[in-house]
Amino acid sequence: MNNLVQAPEGANTELHPGPILEAAHLRKLFPLGSWNPFGAKLAVHAVEDTSLALYPGRATALVGESGSGKTTVARMLAGLYSPTSGAIRFRGEPAKLNDGSRLRSYRRHVQLILQDPFSSLNPIHDVRYHLGRPLHIFGHAHNNAQETEQILSLLNRVNLSPAEQFIQKFPHQLSGGQRQRVAIARALAVQPEILLADEPVSMLDVSIRLDVLNLLLRLKNEERLALLFITHDIASARYFAEDTLVMYAGQMVEGGPSDEVIQQPRHPYTQLLVSAAPDPARLTADDDKRLTDLPARGEIPSLIRPPSGCRFHPRCPHAMPVCKQRFPRRTELGNGRWTHCFLYGDGEISTEKSEQFTSAAGLVDQTEVKGE
Amino acid sequence: MVTNVNGNVQKETLLEVKNLNVDYLASNGTVHAVTDVSFTLRRGEILGLAGESGSGKSTLAYAITRLLRPPAMITGGEILYYPGSARENGETSRLKWTHLPKNGKGEHIKDKLAKDEVQPKEALDLLQLSPAQLLEIRWNDLAIVFQSAMNALNPVMNIGTQIMDVLQTHRPHMGQDARKQRAVELLQLVGIASDRLRSYPHELSGGMRQRAIIAIALALSPEILIMDEPTTALDVVVQREILTEITRLQQQLGFSVIFITHDLSLLLELADHVAIMYAGRIVEKASRRDLYLHPRHPYSYGLLNSFPTLHGPRRIMAGIPGSPPDLRAVPPGCAFHPRCPLAFDACSRVFPPLQPVPGQESGQTVACHLYDARFNTEPPSTSDLAAKYEALAEGSGIQ
Repeated sequence: MNNLVQAPEGANTELHPGPILEAAHLRKLFPLGSWNPFGAKLAVHAVEDTSLALYPGRATALVGESGSGKTTVARMLAGLYSPTSGAIRFRGEPAKLNDGSRLRSYRRHVQLILQDPFSSLNPIHDVRYHLGRPLHIFGHAHNNAQETEQILSLLNRVNLSPAEQFIQKFPHQLSGGQRQRVAIARALAVQPEILLADEPVSMLDVSIRLDVLNLLLRLKNEERLALLFITHDIASARYFAEDTLVMYAGQMVEGGPSDEVIQQPRHPYTQLLVSAAPDPARLTADDDKRLTDLPARGEIPSLIRPPSGCRFHPRCPHAMPVCKQRFPRRTELGNGRWTHCFLYGDGEISTEKSEQFTSAAGLVDQTEVKGE
Repeated sequence: MVTNVNGNVQKETLLEVKNLNVDYLASNGTVHAVTDVSFTLRRGEILGLAGESGSGKSTLAYAITRLLRPPAMITGGEILYYPGSARENGETSRLKWTHLPKNGKGEHIKDKLAKDEVQPKEALDLLQLSPAQLLEIRWNDLAIVFQSAMNALNPVMNIGTQIMDVLQTHRPHMGQDARKQRAVELLQLVGIASDRLRSYPHELSGGMRQRAIIAIALALSPEILIMDEPTTALDVVVQREILTEITRLQQQLGFSVIFITHDLSLLLELADHVAIMYAGRIVEKASRRDLYLHPRHPYSYGLLNSFPTLHGPRRIMAGIPGSPPDLRAVPPGCAFHPRCPLAFDACSRVFPPLQPVPGQESGQTVACHLYDARFNTEPPSTSDLAAKYEALAEGSGIQ
């Protein structure tokens, strides 16, 4: 059993009173339709045993390749998918996401920003409509004057000025960066405490990416939003987030403070990700030295029949026989860092503690959220 | 390699683009997508083109390959190609050059060549070729790899057939067995197992599809390979594998690459020389080391500074403020001046030509008045550029 992500060491307990949103042992299977009713039931094992915690005013980055289950985690946290097992707790209370009104009150606190602002805005509606809808649905605006006033202030918060002009524009009249700002404003209209940003800048042009990232950073710092930042770009995870979690093929493999995870990666997969990231600083005096070979090759395996044990073992340069047999338990590396890798032990130190923690928190057996 | 008069080993010129202009004739105004672009691609070199979307990178690539369609028009310039005299890999079925025009644009190039020992060969102006001549140049000498591998491959043909299709079109005398053998060879060259010959594109992962596209591009061992954002849709790890593959193949086969991307950090690891484009013009050309160590143009610095780093202190970075200009109405003077943190009054009045950076011998050229003694006697150092951008970051109100 893994324990939950603990409050980072040295964190001010007044500033960080505890996680606002926790996910414990989330698991998600997507069943596959089969032509043969007597055949084996197949499912995509998208996410296995994922735990994370979000704190107000802190950003947590979730890093991995496509197909690693990052987006599925975000969608479970947003209540778009119901987990196959595991629990989501909001302010310590189990979040029940199984009926409409509860889901709506949950979404008052948790909002999702999608990757592609070109498809997440409705092309037949203007900015006023996009921002006015959440204001009305969540009861923040009761008449048109209030609505206009709040929309203008939202547009100013996301640096779309002059707001009076933007309010009547349609998505096709906006650039990619402006659309993503509208999408962020739409999430903010609900007045959430938690923003789940699913690759918010990957579709944007290079020079606009930093602007949008800086906007989210400012919101995080000034309004004390808890942010989950999903990305495949490990350098922007370091720039943006205090904590980084690395996922591979649905399994969490490493986590901890961003700087340490990225500068001294421990898990072979994190090492692979870091060495694959473009890094002009590798340009040394040796001008002929070009791209170095990667420590591992290949791609994420099929998750319908995923590799046994640690799913990284077919690509791992350090794979041992035990890696095929079972997934390693969590090993604490100190200073809030942990990894799931047999190279660093098998979690002997932390096992006892974590079981106490989870049973005390009442997280065991609270798995049936909604049957799939 | 040719040894010139001074005894220095200098790579010979393969492609020379001179004052190229491309316009899109739209009903609500002409879009000047590429304006007065000149650069030289040398044999065995990887030239990187970087810039934001809409800076004209892809239009430039399509102009070189003559793939532009109306409303795009090449309104001026020359694209001179210096074909190699003998192919090192000894391809025998290669079409002969003899019936191609020696020189599309009269004698002045020959005169120039007579003076310049480094480029002794005949030049072809790609812009003067007829469709039949283009057919021979394309893929034989000039191949292109497109951004989206899924859309570039035919979904109803397996990849082996698609490779053999190229060979059948361009090498009609090649037998079927020879074609198949070459297809297997090509797949192995790019790291795909030969039993994938009968695989359809949907059966391959994104990285494999991109490799297959590269295999098709290399089918006739072209001299120039143009790659238009070949790795943008791929994951970092796969991207790195493809780039390593390209570097390896380039060193093995000796072709030249024009690599187009918006990701400058990637280009700095890959390319020999980098040209930065802004609003249809090249604003800076430099070797990758020069560009990384001391970008001169404020736009180059801003672009370089738009990528969070893996090392060093974590600090707030400011991107380039504003957005790229509408190419129907490019700002007067330097097109970058409305976004430039170092702009001064001359920038909005006088157009800056691409000039060598004073006091530097490595051939770095920049189009910026800051390095022009007429306007600014003290050219800024990289730290001056950094300071201006940092002031911007502080102004944005984040700790």
